[in-house]
Amino acid sequence: MLALLTHRFGDLGLADDAVQDALVSALSWESVPDNPAAWLYTVAHNRAIDLLRREAAARRRLLRAAPELTTPPPPNEEEPMIVEHSPVGDEQLRLMLLCCHPALDRDTQIALTLRLVGGLTTTEIAAAFLVAEPTLAQRIVRAKRKIRAAGIPLSIPAELGDRLHTLLTVLYLIFNEGYLARASEGHRLALMDDAVRLTESTDALTPGHAEVEGLLALELFTRARTAARFDAEGEIVLLEHQDRSRWSLSDITRADAALSSALSRMEPGPFQLHALIASRHAHAATPAGTDWPTIAALYRQLAQMDRSPVVALNRAVAVAMAEGPDAGLALLDEVTGLEEYHLYWAARGELLRRAGRNDEEVRSALLRARELAANPVERRHLDRLL
Amino acid sequence: MEYMILINGDESAPRPSYGEPGYEEFMATWLAYTQRLIDGGHWVSGANLHPSTTATTIARGFGTGDTLLDGPYAETKEQLAGYYLIRAADLDEALQLAAAIPLPAGAIEVRPVSYRPDAS
Repeated sequence: MLALLTHRFGDLGLADDAVQDALVSALSWESVPDNPAAWLYTVAHNRAIDLLRREAAARRRLLRAAPELTTPPPPNEEEPMIVEHSPVGDEQLRLMLLCCHPALDRDTQIALTLRLVGGLTTTEIAAAFLVAEPTLAQRIVRAKRKIRAAGIPLSIPAELGDRLHTLLTVLYLIFNEGYLARASEGHRLALMDDAVRLTESTDALTPGHAEVEGLLALELFTRARTAARFDAEGEIVLLEHQDRSRWSLSDITRADAALSSALSRMEPGPFQLHALIASRHAHAATPAGTDWPTIAALYRQLAQMDRSPVVALNRAVAVAMAEGPDAGLALLDEVTGLEEYHLYWAARGELLRRAGRNDEEVRSALLRARELAANPVERRHLDRLL
Repeated sequence: MEYMILINGDESAPRPSYGEPGYEEFMATWLAYTQRLIDGGHWVSGANLHPSTTATTIARGFGTGDTLLDGPYAETKEQLAGYYLIRAADLDEALQLAAAIPLPAGAIEVRPVSYRPDAS
């Protein structure tokens, strides 16, 4: 509905306000109308026109009172821009691409996507990302203002590739924020479901993109482990100790389907490689049965596409599992730029321990990891190791 | 819509002066860019500025009057070197045009124009 109204009036802020007002008025319904969606749309649409008229009237008053303060009104401002109607699906995609426009910073892209496409409230987003609600509300207001003032278009570019990749990155970050939540933080864990839902609709709107299916598979393989990831006390359970019978078979089945469809397109990409790695874990009946040589090979390919040190770190761990801790440590020594990343030190400590290095070396790496870890679940896990 | 494109560059970076070898080629890239703006109907105005060492800044505090400073407002490595004022359909088009500016290194800031008294 928001996408439709935004396209119709060419103004995201106006459309959002109108939808909010329509929803508020729906609270006073005594009985639900036959077609609530159509009813809401009509109310929101009328409200948008009302808001536009009011704005035009205010501008006319200001123009009379203080002509030097007003910008000249755009042509036809009395008549809202009516554009040719196109299917709802495209409107939705336009809105997603707008929220993830590269002229907006990453935090803003995430907040806007959840607010305007995901349908979360400002309160929910603020709680999920552990930021103060006024800060988040301010971020959204500022973004809407910039979209309007800077003329960020609600359009689908001819070259979709880069823009789609930004959208996928935003969805993956939303998913990860949910993945990093504690067992007790249901509202944050739900971000995984939000991300899956949004990735599914992106897939439906842009059929035939291998990386979209790759991301969907990656998210589903990862979400499949949720029930096994925490013990009764809410403490984190590492992959190797998880009760694999508690993994969600339906998520894994859906992930398999998405991944095989992606791979059949012969357009390799980082999300597909991540998903392939996740699928090797999902299909290992026991930790000992994990196909580490294949996983290490997949990480080598991934490292060629994605030069980020975090990928290099994961590759070192996979190689350690496939070829032994010394091979892993040799790769880890080449990783730079992660001196402030707790998982680098946690992996280093673990590999040093497996390689049989002296306790002091192991301990100092784990202590550094403990110092840097922000997530309380991970911090407690490191405490247990120490 | 109209957009101001502010071109910031490192003034100490070597560039050929008038009469030096390479000057013609250097200017040709900028002239070609300007021509592209004109041909595409994007041109409003534009200018190249003398180096920031020629700048004079009026600093004004609340109730403390004016002080003249010999130099630019901000003492940064990259300084405003010139600008284009262009017309574009939306930010995507403005960014595309700004990205084609033949600046070897630096920062190109794109700002929407809010109000211009002599806008047509």
